[in-house]
Amino acid sequence: MSLSRRIACTLSPILNRLGYPLSIAGCFMLAALALPVRADELQDASRLLKQGQQAEALAKADQYLSSHPKDAQGRFLKGLILTEMHRNPEAIAVFTKLTEDYPQLPEPYNNLAVIYAQQKQYDKARQALETAIRTNPSYATARENLGDIYARMASQAYDKALQIDSSNTSAQTKLALIRELMSTPTRPGQPVVKTPGIAVAVATPPAKPVGPAPIAPKPASSKPTETKPAAAKPAAAPTVAAKPAEAKPAPAAAPDAKVDRALAAWAQAWSRKNVKAYLAFYARDFKTPRGMSRAAWERERTMRINKPGPIQVGIEHLRITMDGAGRAVARFRQHYRSATFKTSSNKVIVLVKHEGKWLIQQERVGK
Amino acid sequence: MNVTWRRLGRTGSGLRRAVAATVFLLALGPASAVQSAHLDRQIAGPEPLLSRIFEQIEQNHLDVALEQADALIKAYPKFRLTYLIKGDLLLARAGPISTFGNISNAPAGKLAQLRDEAIVRLKGYHDKPRANFVPRYLLQMPPDQKYAIVVDTQKSRLYLYQNDKGTPRFVADYYITQGKLGADKKREGDMKTPIGVYHVTSSLSPRTLSDLYGSGAFPISYPNEWDKLHGRNGHGIWLHGTPSNTYSRPPRDSDGCVVLANQDLDAISKDLQVGLTPVIISDSIEWLSLDDWHAERATLEKDIAQWQTDWESLDVNRYLSHYSKNFSADGENFAQWAAKKRLINRGKTWIKVSAENLSMFRNPGKEPMVVVTFDQVYRSNNLSNVMKKRQYWLKENGHWKIAYEGPA
Repeated sequence: MSLSRRIACTLSPILNRLGYPLSIAGCFMLAALALPVRADELQDASRLLKQGQQAEALAKADQYLSSHPKDAQGRFLKGLILTEMHRNPEAIAVFTKLTEDYPQLPEPYNNLAVIYAQQKQYDKARQALETAIRTNPSYATARENLGDIYARMASQAYDKALQIDSSNTSAQTKLALIRELMSTPTRPGQPVVKTPGIAVAVATPPAKPVGPAPIAPKPASSKPTETKPAAAKPAAAPTVAAKPAEAKPAPAAAPDAKVDRALAAWAQAWSRKNVKAYLAFYARDFKTPRGMSRAAWERERTMRINKPGPIQVGIEHLRITMDGAGRAVARFRQHYRSATFKTSSNKVIVLVKHEGKWLIQQERVGK
Repeated sequence: MNVTWRRLGRTGSGLRRAVAATVFLLALGPASAVQSAHLDRQIAGPEPLLSRIFEQIEQNHLDVALEQADALIKAYPKFRLTYLIKGDLLLARAGPISTFGNISNAPAGKLAQLRDEAIVRLKGYHDKPRANFVPRYLLQMPPDQKYAIVVDTQKSRLYLYQNDKGTPRFVADYYITQGKLGADKKREGDMKTPIGVYHVTSSLSPRTLSDLYGSGAFPISYPNEWDKLHGRNGHGIWLHGTPSNTYSRPPRDSDGCVVLANQDLDAISKDLQVGLTPVIISDSIEWLSLDDWHAERATLEKDIAQWQTDWESLDVNRYLSHYSKNFSADGENFAQWAAKKRLINRGKTWIKVSAENLSMFRNPGKEPMVVVTFDQVYRSNNLSNVMKKRQYWLKENGHWKIAYEGPA
């Protein structure tokens, strides 16, 4: 077990380099499926791939698979090797078979999607990623890739709408995809909010002049969007627990360790859609927005949080200071993601201590 | 309408809000209540599905909207507007979007054109002509004119009417493109679509035309007699189709022609009669109830009949009383015309005049004017002839007077 797990995880840098991100969580899952057998050949194959000796890596992988034909880990690695060798039809076959045999694994779907995306088969890529997310809603990489795919499909649609060519040659598009995916962080469970890749695609100047219309930058799109964590759409996926651990407190201020724990728990309650626990973090004298009554505000929050689909709330760059009146002022970057809505915003939350518990008295967007 | 335009165009108010505003405004329009046997022709075109997509977006059913956008693309693969909406719907999945046509660095002009097209199409779809209301212009269609076309440039819409024993019956309406700089053409090259009463003068096969004209072209009679009298010039105003690389063109995109989608042009082309079918272009159609329409028609019919009677009476003053003091034809003013008529009348012992195949089309615009065309059968003691005649009757001090007369 421990051996195969190590192998799985050493794979991940390669995957990253290739633009086939594989989460650590995924490694665990793959490892769990792999039988605790002798896996030297697999380890060798992985090392050879890392060294760029693809043909040798493939031979090793095949050697391993001849004795373990069902092994998911080995087949996955073979799929990767084939992908790197640009033997796409074979790589697709390997990953497709894996999705059939292990439909609960998101990684094969994800990598299928990456190959499809390279081939500009965005609709197939989308379907694969959506399946990956259905099987494993917390799979951040698939979510991010899906966001990119949507942006790419949108870009394609816009090109058709405006009769422009924003993609230029296919080679450039392919490179852009890889470069982009390489830069994506793959820490699991972290709600990453990233600008969709469309910006890159559209920013490229059109290959030819397109009519008399001047190309004017549109201020609307660069405006910061209003953040309202409300939009939600039905999704089959169950709730994903946020990773409050991301809210690493900046110990410099070190006012009260309980403040950041309270905030982490608050984000977690929100992410778990535990409305009761979430609302319990708000002090009785909480300043409701727009002067709403407490009851109305609670109703609104309950309604929004209970909308179908998962919610992920992450806290980043948390700074806590104490004001003179015994209140804690928490400033952080809030990453919010629901089934259809994703936003990052700066939050300021003022907490007061009530019966040994830190409760939210004010909550606003801004610095 | 302008409000929506601005809202869609310039604010970053979000797709849903932008769409909601559009749909809301559209909902205020009169309900479509046209009863017609031509139901199949009425529901043709992308508008029904387009409208449903916007409704789904308005209700935040973005997935359904995307499915319907795909269906619309399947039905109309070259309809660019759908791709814009699809792009927005896809982008909405990746992150919040701020406006309709949420494209960074897009050519602003093209984007605005698609937005405008969305607005006029939806408005046209929700704003069907009301039952028992007819365009004021179609006062009298002669029996051999089977159909009439009325264009509303503000609405970017063409309405096809059938001649049902003299009463215009709505058949179908279609999205159209007008001149880049709008309507009311005055000069050659002013990129405007003329306003007035015209007719189809010929039919050009696509084989003889460049791709720009799509599935065919029907030149119309701009400049007409009245245009020429007022110094309006230019030529080559056609109804025509769309180039093969797109389903439709933006609302304002032609050099003055009225452009239809190819399938729409094909749909109406069999109804167009060369030399006959009226094409009346208005910047904003006036609608009359059938009662008012009958009344307007009757007063004019009476005056035309009186003109004939007075001509036959050999009383030149009574005859000339039907002509405007501002009359002008063939370079003659009223005085010259009157002198000529008095001279001719001296040789007459009897005159018989009849007008057959009479048509009366009110000219769009503030000035009350009707274009009357008929086959004039003229007989007299020393001369007989049959000619096609056109008169422009202008209302002066409550009476219809002839301001122009000549062969048609």
